[in-house]
Amino acid sequence: MKELSELSLNILKLLKEDARRSPDLLATMLGVEESAVQTAINEMEADHVIVKYATVVNWSKVDEEKVTALIEVQITPERERGFEGIAERIYLFPQVKSVYLMSGAYDLLVEVEGKNLREVANFVSDKLSPIQSVLSTKTHFILKKYKQDGIIFEEREDDQRLVISP
Amino acid sequence: MINDTITSKSSRNMGDYLNPLVRSIKPSGIRKFFDLVSGSKDIITLGVGEPDFCTPWHVREACVYSLERGKTKYTSNAGMPELREAIGQYLDDSFQVTYDPDKEILVTVGGSEAIDLALRALVCPGDEILVPEPCYISYSPIISIGGGVPVGIETFAKDEFKLTPEALQAAITPKSKLLVLCYPSNPTGGIMTYEDWLPIAKIVEDNDLIVISDEIYAELTYDQKHVSFASLPGMKDRTVLVSGFSKAFAMTGWRMGYACAHPDLIAAMLKIHQYTVMCAPIMGQVAALEALKNGKEEKEHMVESYNMRRRLVVKGFREIGLECHEPQGAFYAFPSIQSTGLTSEQFAERLLYEAKVAAVPGDVFGQGGEGFIRCSYATSVAQLTEAIERMGKLVTKIKQEM
Repeated sequence: MKELSELSLNILKLLKEDARRSPDLLATMLGVEESAVQTAINEMEADHVIVKYATVVNWSKVDEEKVTALIEVQITPERERGFEGIAERIYLFPQVKSVYLMSGAYDLLVEVEGKNLREVANFVSDKLSPIQSVLSTKTHFILKKYKQDGIIFEEREDDQRLVISP
Repeated sequence: MINDTITSKSSRNMGDYLNPLVRSIKPSGIRKFFDLVSGSKDIITLGVGEPDFCTPWHVREACVYSLERGKTKYTSNAGMPELREAIGQYLDDSFQVTYDPDKEILVTVGGSEAIDLALRALVCPGDEILVPEPCYISYSPIISIGGGVPVGIETFAKDEFKLTPEALQAAITPKSKLLVLCYPSNPTGGIMTYEDWLPIAKIVEDNDLIVISDEIYAELTYDQKHVSFASLPGMKDRTVLVSGFSKAFAMTGWRMGYACAHPDLIAAMLKIHQYTVMCAPIMGQVAALEALKNGKEEKEHMVESYNMRRRLVVKGFREIGLECHEPQGAFYAFPSIQSTGLTSEQFAERLLYEAKVAAVPGDVFGQGGEGFIRCSYATSVAQLTEAIERMGKLVTKIKQEM
């Protein structure tokens, strides 16, 4: 693991707020040359520190059927590879949106997305549970997303300031 | 006879009852511009004199919790002892000024009340009160209500709107009593460094002046730390230090401020304070205490965020052809619009109507403000970028008309 420069960290913070900010804008905001920003971004992209520039979507605004579940999975780790092999077997399914190795009562937390309840249930019974080292699963369906990755989904009228004040 | 009396009473202008000193106060130029802007739709406003951050959640939450526990009573007149203690500690840590929380610190309803108390306690009819301008709009009217005579001292963009010893010296007469300072400055963003302050302190000493130093923007300086006037050698006893929580901790609506001064001055201000407001609201005091105890990290985050936007607007104004000195404090830029050939008011009006951007014409802030507009950069990066783009189009258009 490599230590990031302060500039790189600041760039990441600003891009996390809005990934569409241009190197020129970032350079102005941080008080450095544009070329320095560009170099830092290139490096972070090459090192896979910046993995992707994705869009945060509030799917509940869209009329599309979609359910998401968080599944607690208990597994027996494999010799030599520990949890890695099983994690990979699980995360390669496209309907799996995220996989975390957890401390505590279970091992993996798997986020699965499907068109409906049945589709997710089928995934659990047909794909996930049959994996040999999977001991148990516990499925929790998400009812509503309020905040994800530091971003609040609800539109909030936060600016209640007077338009002109001394 | 009786009829006559009634007629003359009913036809009497209510204004005649007013204290002439109050009657003669001019309505604020900001107010006038506010009315103009309030009627407009879809505008981007750079006219706001307060942070765009909401008060950090831990501060709001602390207040809610205290309400749940029924903390809804008066506090001691000068403010909760633990809050005064915390303010004293904070000032010592941050600006190297030491005050006795028991006798030298007074918690007020916003920095505004602290300014009012200090002026009311000190100004006698006929006293001349020196006020470097452009500056925050409240000082002169309150000085006038007390019968004092505000004496503006013009400051200039070429000096980054610093107060120079020459200008101060030139304004002093035997009637001069007080000097009101506001650095970092609203509206110019100008600051005073230790070296800038030294000759000023000397003049203050030589002429036996008292200073009211409004340091509400003390936390918002960039590239260098704020130097409190009270921290200068020999100045602590001559200075009423005024500050508050509004700007540093994004707590404008809480109305929490404080004054620190010599025990005799604080005792006098406390007399007025206890007869007028009794004490600052306890909810605000609880929140302020939480901000001082646990608010440092969020405060630093906010300051860094202002700094980024400061760089953005200064560069932006310069690129669209407006001269702009580099503001080193507060969250205002004060670009010159002289190259457009318009007055501040004309420019601000065209900016509002043609570009849908609101900014405050500089002339409302007193001498030296004409030819400039105050632009607050306490608004989102997206809005700032858009506002500068619109402003740029307007400037180009105006210059083509010339």
